[in-house]
Formats: sequence, structure tokens, C-alpha cells
Amino acid sequence: MSTQTGPNAIDVVFAELKAKGETALMPFMTMGDPDLETSVALVQAAEAAGAHMIELGVPYSDPLADGPVIQRASERALKNKISLTDCMTVASKARQLGVKMPFILFSYFNPALQLGLERFFDLLKEHGFSGVIIPDLPLEEDSEARALAEASGIHLIPLVAPTSEARIERIASQAKGFVYCVSSLGVTGVRSTFHEGIDSFLSTVRRAASVPICVGFGISSRDHAERFAGQCDGVIVGSAIVRQVEDALPLLTSSNEVERKQGLQAVQDFIAGLKPRATII
Amino acid sequence: MSQVPDEHGRFGPFGGKYVPETLMNALIELEEAYLKYKDDPDFLEEVRYLLKQYSGRPTPLYYAERLSQHLGGAKVYLKREDLNHTGAHKINNTIGQAVLAKRMGKKKVIAETGAGQHGVASATVAALMGLECKVFMGEEDTKRQQLNVFRMKLLGSEVIPVMSGTRTLKDACNETLRYWVSHVDDTYYILGSVTGPHPYPMMVRDFQRIIGLETREQIQEAEGRLPDVIVAAVGGGSNAIGIFHPFIEDKDVRLVGVEAAGRGVDTDEHAATMTKGRPGVFQGSMSYVLQDEGGQVLPAHSISAGLDYPGIGPEHAYLKDIKRAEYVPITDKEALDALGILSRMEGIIPALESAHAIAQVLKIAPTMSKDQIIVVNLSGRGDKDVESIMSYLAVEEGQNS
Repeated sequence: MSTQTGPNAIDVVFAELKAKGETALMPFMTMGDPDLETSVALVQAAEAAGAHMIELGVPYSDPLADGPVIQRASERALKNKISLTDCMTVASKARQLGVKMPFILFSYFNPALQLGLERFFDLLKEHGFSGVIIPDLPLEEDSEARALAEASGIHLIPLVAPTSEARIERIASQAKGFVYCVSSLGVTGVRSTFHEGIDSFLSTVRRAASVPICVGFGISSRDHAERFAGQCDGVIVGSAIVRQVEDALPLLTSSNEVERKQGLQAVQDFIAGLKPRATII
Repeated sequence: MSQVPDEHGRFGPFGGKYVPETLMNALIELEEAYLKYKDDPDFLEEVRYLLKQYSGRPTPLYYAERLSQHLGGAKVYLKREDLNHTGAHKINNTIGQAVLAKRMGKKKVIAETGAGQHGVASATVAALMGLECKVFMGEEDTKRQQLNVFRMKLLGSEVIPVMSGTRTLKDACNETLRYWVSHVDDTYYILGSVTGPHPYPMMVRDFQRIIGLETREQIQEAEGRLPDVIVAAVGGGSNAIGIFHPFIEDKDVRLVGVEAAGRGVDTDEHAATMTKGRPGVFQGSMSYVLQDEGGQVLPAHSISAGLDYPGIGPEHAYLKDIKRAEYVPITDKEALDALGILSRMEGIIPALESAHAIAQVLKIAPTMSKDQIIVVNLSGRGDKDVESIMSYLAVEEGQNS
């Protein structure tokens, strides 16, 4: 199993993209939906589709920040008793199969807390993760996790919201890896409009941050991705992809190998279709 | 004992603010507003006036003579929170929060509810203050508590059945928080218990302390001394903290929280968070949580929709750990038996929540001497539960025949 030495892979990828003038495409997927083996195959499909890094979501019983699509995916995965450590193995298995992009774990705090935070970060390192996002661990509560993250060379990626106001400066200036900018009020999920102050919000974050900034929550199409491409360094697409997985479930769970491949291809094509065309800055 | 919570909303290791970033600013604003008004004479006067003239406080502290004689031990007093307007202690907190919401300039409020007592109380104060109100209620609970659903609608509130997860109180809380994340600009969340992120556990406790403050005066007047034991049911824990809190420094007063053991703490169907849970982060704070090995929150069960909750307020977790309060489980059956006994002995039909507390009194009163005193917080009345009780008894009878 690879352990990280040298620079964090997230930083390397953003530096490369910046040199090329490209915006990162970062898919999110719920692990174990429908099963771990398929999750590994979906991660491969995402890279084949041109994803630059990926968020591996840990299913949770009480996903407060998530809308119905990701809630349903969590429920499906939990029916199979998928644990936090199971989710982590998807990264190392995908790496063994040749996936190169950085892995970021997305988990609510309690599963990590129950595992023990030290062990949590040890395992993240062991399974080749470069970053972690904990949506219910705000700045005020993250000091222990932050110290452990820094000691293990893993980026604890913070979220900022349009409502963060006076907190933006503090969050963004301390951020590692990138700042996850929540594009709209509300939970994850496809939407047609973004927060009205989104543009000035993003420029405020941009000014305060010394690391790249990425936009997520509600981004579901190439048009959305391109809407933000000039203002940020990456776009995160979650629910729209998880919905594609849900639609492809009959194929993905088929015992017929041809159908299974069709299912994976459908998700791959969808992700490829999200990729913003290179912007000329 | 040092002042809890501290400025981070911590009761020892418990409490805190574990919520999505989108809510952080709203919680900070709420905390600032609460700290600004909590000692403001005008604010306090408005709350006091409504508690007195609208809700009917002070509620009586009633000596349950027949019950005491029947049990043959300690004198049992009932703090009659069931006589409040809307039938439970929940109104104390909703009046406080609605006055605060109005001062903060909010026109819309949301609330979660399990048994419907908090939902009805929220709908009531919303009507009183001209606020638009939405109440989130697990779809399962809307069936168990149809009467309260109807009352909320009559009062002009919208009841939103929650279809996710367990379709009970836990998921109603999740959906209320999710809705709040989306409408945090103009909506005030009237949280119903001493749970959730800071400042709610502190603020709701402060609004419920009136129960204990009145009890203190009333028992002094009746008996010339403080009680030996105070008993209260605990779901999230607001009625219990309300009566416990003014007695925390009185080390000779035993504080007993009663949680729902459902079909028994050795089954999977209970809500005995303190007995069977362990510390974790759930719905915005660190406290005891019913959870599996991997930190997934487990579904809770109780015949009482109001106790059917896998978490508990962080201050209770703290009181347990510092051994200032003890927490004991009572099964569905024990609660129902107690409900029957209180109804027949005193002509008072308690809410199923309060029946859990009465069941504990039935256990301990006979072991105490006749000059000892127990105060039990009769947090709500049983009208809302009559249908649940009927269907439960019908099932039991079916199984026994």
C-alpha cells in the first residue's frame, strides 16, 4: 500500500491544471452503492471520463447536509452494512488497478470519531487518500482533526457557505488543499439557480484563500460547470452523478457482464459530459 | 460546580456545534440575540406575562395523597405541567423562543415534533404571534398522533410528513435542519428539546427552568424543605432539565431521569440512550447516542412517540458522567401500567412520556420512608395518547388470547 511522501497529490494536480488553464472536475460518489466492487469500477470509470480527483462518500444514517438523492444512496449502501473502513478500501483497490487521481474521503464526523481520530487518519494515509471533507465539523470543532491531518500530510478541506460572512476570512486563510465553496443555501442536490450573491461570494473567498477554490452543491451539467469555470479552480458534482448511478442500478447489478459494462459506460459518459471545455484566461 | 455550558457550548466534553457550515452563522446570530435578550427586562416581562396569562403558570404542585398511601412510602407530589395551555411543558420553551424570534425580526418559524406536543406548542405560539409556521413530523408519527396533526392544522400551521429514514422524531429533526439550511435567511428554528447544536441546549434549558424554580418555592411552602428525589422522563430531556436544573447545587436532592426501555434494554427495540448508548456526535452536538459499532445511529423504539429518540441533551450526558443525576430505563409495559394506576388513583391521565416517570416512582416510593418526599414532573397530559394506548392494548390482548 502506498504511503504519501513529498507533496500532497491534490496540490500537484491543481498546479498542473493551473499551468494548463483548466478547471478541475471532481465527482462525488457514495461508496457501496450498490456494492464495493462496483464502486471501484465506477472510480475507474470516473478517471477514464476525465475526472481530475474524486470524492469517495461514506454512507451515513443521518446525512444532514445531503438531499434526497444522496440520502437514498446512503440507505442503499447501509443495507449492505458498508463501513467507513470498507469505503477506504475502494481507494487502495482502485489504485492497485492503476487509478492515478487523488482521493478525497467525504464522511460525517461520527463514524470517524467512533473509529478513533488517530486511527482514522492512519487509515486514510494507508489507503492512499490525499484529503478528507467532514461536512459537520466546522472550524470551531476541528482542532484535533486538523492537527492529526497535518501530522499525516492529509488535507482537511473546509467548507464555506454564502452565509459564512465574517468566517470566510478565517476559514479560507487556514485552508489546506482547497476551499469547498457551497454554491447555494441548502442541502446537496440538483438545482437550477444558485445563491444570488454567489459571484461576489466566490471572489471574497478567492481573495482570502491561498489555496485553490472549488464550487459544489447543485452543479449538474456542463453549463453549470462552465458557469463557474472562470471563477474557481474546480467544480464538484455529486447528486447528479449519484442519480446517474441510481438510474443505472439495474445494469450495474446485472449478472450479465455486457449489461454491467453498459451501466459503467453510462455513468462514464455522463461524467465526461460534465467536463468544462478548457477556458482561455 | 463551574458554569456550564462554557463559551463553546460545552458541558464537559459534551455539546458543541457540529453542523454544516451553512448553519454556523445562523447559530452565532441566535446565540448573540439570546445573550442580548436573556437578561433584558422587557423581553423577560413579555415572556413572564405570556407564561402567566396565556399558559396559566404557575402550574400547581399537587400532593398525590391516594397514590402516596397506596404505595405506602414517600409522599409523592406531581408538578402539574400537564395543566399548561396545550397540555405539556413544551409551551414554556416555545413562548420563549417565539418572543425571541419576533425580536430577531423573523416572520417564519419551523419546528420538529415527535408526539406532536412540541409541534402543537409551536403552532400555538406561531398563531399567537402571527408567524408563519411549518412543522416537520415523521410520517409514522403523523399516524400515531393524528389528533395533534389536526390540532396543528387548525392552528394554521403546515404539517410536513417526513418520509426519510425511520419516519419518526429523529428524521423529523434531520429534515427540519435540512429545511433550515435552505431557508436560513428568513426562518427561525424553534427546537423542541435540550438537544441540537449550541445555543439550543442552553437556551431551551433556561426557558424550562421555570418548572424547577416554581417547584422549589412550592415544595418549601408545602413541606418547609426540599424534596429527597426528583423524577422526570427523558427523551431529548427538556422537561427533566427544566425541573432538575434549579436543584443541581442541592446535593441532597437525588435527580432521576427515566428513559424509555421500549420492549426491554436487552432487545433492539428501545430508546435507552444512557443505558445502552455511548458518546458520539448526532444532530449537532456531542452526547450519548444509540449507535452501532461503526457510528451509524440506530433506530429507537418507544410506545411514546415523544421518547422515541436515539439521542439525549448534552447537559444530561454531563450530569450522568459527573454522577449528579442517574438515568434508569422503564419499559412500555411498565409505563402503561403506571398510566393506569395514576388514572385510577388520582383521576389524572398522564402522557405516555410522564407515565414512564410515574413508573419509576411506583418502584422507589415504597422503598422510602413516610417522611420522605418525591416530586415527579408530570410533563404532559394523556389525551393525545389515548389512541396509541388503545391500539397497544388491543395488540397485547390479541397476543394473550
